[in-house]
Amino acid sequence: MTAQVEFRGLRRVFGKTVALDGFDLTIAPGEFVALLGPSGCGKTTALRCVAGFERPDSGAVLVDGEDITDVPANKRDAGMVFQSYSLFPNLNARDNVAFGLRVRKVPVATRRAKADELLELVGLPSHADRFPHQLSGGQQQRVALARALALEPRVLLLDEPLSALDAKVRVSLREEIRRLQLDLGITTIFVTHDQEEALSIADRVAVLRDGRLEQCGPPAEVYDRPATPFVAEFVGTMNHLAGHVSGDKVRVLGQLLPVDGEPAGTREVDVLIRPEAVRVTPDPEGKAEILAASFRGASVRLRVALSGGEVLADVPGHEALSLAPGTRVTVRLVERPVLVAERTVTVPSPASEPADAV
Amino acid sequence: MTRAKGWLGALPLLVFFALVFGIPAIALVAGAFTANGEPSLANVGQSLQGGYLTAMAGSVQLSAVVALAGAVLGTFLAQAVVTSRFALLREAVLTASGVLANFGGVPLAFFWIATLGNSGVISGLLGLPSGALYTFWGLVIVYLYFAIPLMVLVMAPALDGLRPQWREAAANNGATAWQFWRFVGLPVLTPAMLGGVVLLFGSAFAAFATANAMVGTVVPLVTLKIASALTGDVLIGYENIALALSLDMIVVAGLVMAIYLPLQKRSTRWLR
Repeated sequence: MTAQVEFRGLRRVFGKTVALDGFDLTIAPGEFVALLGPSGCGKTTALRCVAGFERPDSGAVLVDGEDITDVPANKRDAGMVFQSYSLFPNLNARDNVAFGLRVRKVPVATRRAKADELLELVGLPSHADRFPHQLSGGQQQRVALARALALEPRVLLLDEPLSALDAKVRVSLREEIRRLQLDLGITTIFVTHDQEEALSIADRVAVLRDGRLEQCGPPAEVYDRPATPFVAEFVGTMNHLAGHVSGDKVRVLGQLLPVDGEPAGTREVDVLIRPEAVRVTPDPEGKAEILAASFRGASVRLRVALSGGEVLADVPGHEALSLAPGTRVTVRLVERPVLVAERTVTVPSPASEPADAV
Repeated sequence: MTRAKGWLGALPLLVFFALVFGIPAIALVAGAFTANGEPSLANVGQSLQGGYLTAMAGSVQLSAVVALAGAVLGTFLAQAVVTSRFALLREAVLTASGVLANFGGVPLAFFWIATLGNSGVISGLLGLPSGALYTFWGLVIVYLYFAIPLMVLVMAPALDGLRPQWREAAANNGATAWQFWRFVGLPVLTPAMLGGVVLLFGSAFAAFATANAMVGTVVPLVTLKIASALTGDVLIGYENIALALSLDMIVVAGLVMAIYLPLQKRSTRWLR
C-alpha cells in the first residue's frame, strides 16, 4: 500500500500563466513530502496531475515506474483530501467514507464495517450517522481523510486540507495526519503554503517557485541551509544585512563570518541572517536600541534599531524581561556560515564598524 | 408580550390573506355546495361527470406532461448554461428565461399561431397538416415555451450549488460520471427539481388565456369549462358548477402537494 511517485519534467500552462515549468521530483515509497510555495507556484497543479484532474502539457507522472499521465482520474490508485467542502452533502459520514466501496459494489456489510473502522481510526466512531453540515470543519476533514483511505490507495494526496481550520484544530489534525501516515506507511504528498506546517510534518520539504523546484530536502536542511535566497526568504523570516564578501568570508556588522556555498570574488552583498542568529545584550553604552518586542510564546521577537536601519532578533522569553523597548543594546551575530545574495536593499551598512559599536 | 408583538407584525399580511384568499375561498366552497339556494352536492357531483370530468382529466394530463417534459428539458438547458465557459451566453439565457417564463396569454398564442398555425410562416415549410397546432400536443409545445425557461430559473442556482470538488472527490473514489450523478448530483438536485415540477404543473394547470385563444373547446380543459360556465352566452345558471370545478382544482392541487411534500421531506433529509 505504498508507491514511488515521480514527476518528470511536468509542464502545464493555463492561458498565459505557466503553472508548472519543467517540474522534477521523485518521492520514495512511504515518504511524506510537503510541496511548499506561495500562491500560483504550481504546487496544487502538480498534485492534481497525480490525481488525474489536470493533464500536463508535457512531461509525465510515474507511479512505481508506470506512466499514469493518461490514466483517467477514476482509475488511479490515489486517495485525495481536498481543501474543504468536498464531503458529499447528501450522505452521512459513514456513507461518505464508504462511497468508493459502494461504487466498487462491495457488499453493504463489508463496506459498513470498513467505514466504521476508518471512522474509528480518525477519531470519529460516534459520528457515523451525522451529515456533513452537522460536523465541524475539523471533523469534516477527518471524514474526508477516512474516505481517501477507504480504497487503500498507494498514494495519499492532501491539498491544503488544514487551511480552512482554526489554528488549534490545524495543529492537532496535522499531528494526527502524520501519525496515520506513519502507521500506514503510505506515500503522501501534502500541499501547503504554510511553511511551519510543512516543516513540522514532512520527511522532506519541496519548495516551488514559478512552477519549478527550488529546493527539496529535510526540513532542517531547508531551514538552516536554504539553497537560494528565495527559499531562505520564504521559509521562515530573514534579516537582510549589508555585507562585503572577501574570499570565503563576509564582513557584516563588524564581524567576519564564513560564507555558505561558493562566494565569488570581492563584492558588496546582502547577508541573510535568521532572527534567532542575532544575539542582543543589554548595554547602556550600546549604539542599538530596542524598538519593539512581540511575544511569541517560548520566544520574543525584538525589533532593534541600528545605525541606518533595523534588524529582527528572537530571544528566549526569560531574556526579554531585560530587553524592553527603549533599552540600549549591543548586537552580535552567531558565528556560523551564512547565505549571501546579490545586493538589493539592506540595512545597515556599517561593515567596517566594530561589532560592539552597533 | 413579545410573542404578541411578533404576531402584530404579521397582522397586515394576515388581513391581506384573509381578504384576497380567505373570503373568496369560503365563497367558493359555499357556492360549490349550494344549488337553488339550498345546501347540495349536486354541483360537485355534476362537476365530476361527463364533459367536466373529461376536461379535468385533460387538464391534469396536459399539466403533468408539461411539468415532466419542462423539468427534464429545463434541467438539461440549465446544466448546459451553468457549465458553459461563455459568461455572456449564460447571462443571455438567464435573462431570456426571466422574460419568457412570464410570457403567456393571448400574445403567446398569437406568437405560435403566426409561426405554426394553419397559415403560419413555418407551417408551410414543415408541411404541417392543418390544425396540427390546435391539439393536445400542440398545446404542450406552446406551454413548454414558458415552462422550460421557468425550470431554467429554478435549476440554475441549484446547479451552481453543485461544487466541482464533489465531482472530483467522486472520481477520486473511482466513480464514473454516471455514478456521480446517481449517488450525489441527482440526490442533491432532487429538492429543487421536485419544486420545479410542482411549479410547472401549477402554471400549466391554471393557464387559461393561451388555451382559450388557441384551442377554444377543441381540447377539453377545466379552466376553459369554468370560463364557459361563468360567461357562457348560451348556458346560464351554471355559476355554481364553475365554483365546484374550481373546488375540484383545489383538491387536485392538494393531491399534488400530498405527493410532493413527503417526497420533498425525504429528499431534504440530509439538509436537516
